[in-house]
Amino acid sequence: MTSDADRMLPSREPVMLLDPDGRPTVAARAGLPASEELLRGLAGMVVARRFNEQASALVRQGRLAVYPSSYGQEACQVAAAQVLTGEDWLFPTYRDTAAAVARGVDPVEVLGLLKGDWHSGYDPYERHVAPLTTPLATQLPHAVGVAHAARLRGERTVVLAMCGDGGTSEGDFHEALNFAAVFRAPVVFFVQNNQYAISVPLARQSAAPSLAHKGVGYGIPGEHVDGNDLAALLDVLSGAVGRARAGEGPQLVEGRTYRMQAHTNADDATRYRADDEVAAWAAKDPLVRLEAYLRTEGVLDDARAADLTEAAEQVARRTRDGLNQDVEPDPDDLFRFVYSQPTPQLVEQLAVVRDEISRDEQSRDEQSREETR
Amino acid sequence: MTTTAVEHATLSTAQAINRALHDAMAEDPTVLVLGEDVGPLGGVFRVTDGLTAEFGEDRCFDTPLAEAGIAGFAVGLAMNGMRPVIEMQFDAFAYPAFEQVVSHIAKMRNRTRGRVALPLVVRIPYAGGIGGVEHHCDSSESYYAHTPGLHVVAPSNPADAYTLLREAIASPDPVIFLEPKKLYWAKGEVVLGRGGEPGIGTAVVRRQGTDATLIAYGPTVPVAIEAAEVAARDGRSLQVVDLRSIVPFDDAGVCAAVESTGRAVVVAEAAGFASVSSEIAARVSERCFHSLSAPVRRVTGFDIPYPPPKLEHFQLPSVDRILDAVDELQWEEA
Ligand SMILES: Cc1ncc(C[n+]2csc(CCOP(=O)(O)OP(=O)(O)O)c2C)c(N)n1
Ligand SMILES: [Mg+2]
Repeated sequence: MTSDADRMLPSREPVMLLDPDGRPTVAARAGLPASEELLRGLAGMVVARRFNEQASALVRQGRLAVYPSSYGQEACQVAAAQVLTGEDWLFPTYRDTAAAVARGVDPVEVLGLLKGDWHSGYDPYERHVAPLTTPLATQLPHAVGVAHAARLRGERTVVLAMCGDGGTSEGDFHEALNFAAVFRAPVVFFVQNNQYAISVPLARQSAAPSLAHKGVGYGIPGEHVDGNDLAALLDVLSGAVGRARAGEGPQLVEGRTYRMQAHTNADDATRYRADDEVAAWAAKDPLVRLEAYLRTEGVLDDARAADLTEAAEQVARRTRDGLNQDVEPDPDDLFRFVYSQPTPQLVEQLAVVRDEISRDEQSRDEQSREETR
Repeated sequence: MTTTAVEHATLSTAQAINRALHDAMAEDPTVLVLGEDVGPLGGVFRVTDGLTAEFGEDRCFDTPLAEAGIAGFAVGLAMNGMRPVIEMQFDAFAYPAFEQVVSHIAKMRNRTRGRVALPLVVRIPYAGGIGGVEHHCDSSESYYAHTPGLHVVAPSNPADAYTLLREAIASPDPVIFLEPKKLYWAKGEVVLGRGGEPGIGTAVVRRQGTDATLIAYGPTVPVAIEAAEVAARDGRSLQVVDLRSIVPFDDAGVCAAVESTGRAVVVAEAAGFASVSSEIAARVSERCFHSLSAPVRRVTGFDIPYPPPKLEHFQLPSVDRILDAVDELQWEEA
């Protein structure tokens, strides 16, 4: 019994394979992910960072209502997508737009929720990415259900379910981990501990030795990892995904990272945290360290780096162009998707809206006729 | 209309629900039944009796004791090809699941522009009249009926319990299926199979009458019928309409009934304030005004927390209260 519990406990320190300067750590002697994987990861992170910057700019230009940026968390965003196969599922939070993009969802569609045209812009079944979820941790039990359904059919699907440090305090986090453990569902719970839930620091969320320690209480192995070290994330997450796929049940992975920017553009982070704290984390940037390592290894040179930048630029351009297009939302849609068939009441209400619109148009027509007279 | 011979059975409401679950599971391997104690025990009301034995642990199973978890887990199952039927053990113990019901079960289809449907059923033993202690007798229908995206169904007899549950399980939309606990043991003739009785969204006239219309659903339907029988002895002919489905609401059926009599009383167990009964009264007043000879009256529970067993008879709409309300419908003195 004791040994079982011991195996479920996380390492003493978060797993780190590349230090902040990009040098392999002692732990890396056991092996680093293949260079192509790391290069793919870097490419993804360059896109993710550019996407974050672009989306923030679009808020300033009034094209997006709001944007919760994952700037600084790009290693977590990219690793979450990179360790999954096409058949697997990703369950993101509102902050995980870059992860959805990394999984191949169209960047314009990903931003649908934040643009305000509709609540969710993409088809979840296309890339097996659940809708971005705003009620904290409520997507986690869904992830367990999707995984369980797949297992009942004998499929080898794994579900990676994301949440934040704040989300781990919600009841749904507890219920989801417990369900997953009891049903041995193939789910990897991936907590991005970015140290804050809006303004509230981690110490006010939990007194646990680490968030990864929460696993053992459910009978779930927990591990924590340097969330700004893509190599370590790929290593730990793909191990967890592999074990889940092999039928060993759920896992909990905590990525220690930092929300470099305010919660959203509407937040003022200077009210609750000090500049030197932010500066200390800036020195641990996930892109800088991986790029340094890959250059030292000779896998990355200036020409290749320029290619990555150009590819990211294309994603930014596509995002910009898409969001700069004004799509007139169709008021009929208000009633179209509530039920598979609208109720008689919704049919009546749709008629009210249509009537309002046509009367508006009529009076506008009359007005313009009057003006031309 | 099928031409095959119709199969009948005399069943209690609980047995009819059990049979509906059984028949749906036999027909469709994606139908799963899950909840607290629904496995080997067969549920605290024995509604899921025998299902695990017949269909195996993968099809009918106990979950951890966590209602939000059950509802959220069912969302995932439904997203991924299953048709879960979840049981909330009692009305008031469904509240932990409320967020999942309101924010996800009700909204997923709309959120995803119809791409993600959630064909799931939330079965809730509900309402009072069984001498239950606190938290075992709530009439919680208004919370669900107020939430766009849910269908809300309440059978009043074994036949409807079977038919409506079969319809609910087959529906591509999520259905809140309210099972009046006090009717679990009431027996009746049940038509088995699908497609016989009217489906979800259709009210039926349970008793013909010409003087006034009693509008009821779920546990108050038998009370309304009894009131109509008593009234008939006094020479007053009361019609009884059974809504069967609160959402979708059968405006056309209810209005036609009320217009035929010109008087209406709504009978519901739930507290009357901001309730399904107030909605019905408002709709009937708005839509049938010119046919009404008197304002629509309501007989409902008081606006109090559900009383303890020894006081609950004060809360429940009774035959006398219904007849008192009927008396006040501005009859012209003969
Ligand atoms: C159930 C619920 N309560 C409150 C909120 C409002 N809210 C949005 S984000 C947030 C903080 C979440 O922090 P965390 O889980 O650490 O994720 P992060 O934003 O840091 O990525 C809060 C309180 C919410 N979305 N859902
Ligand atoms: Mg956080």
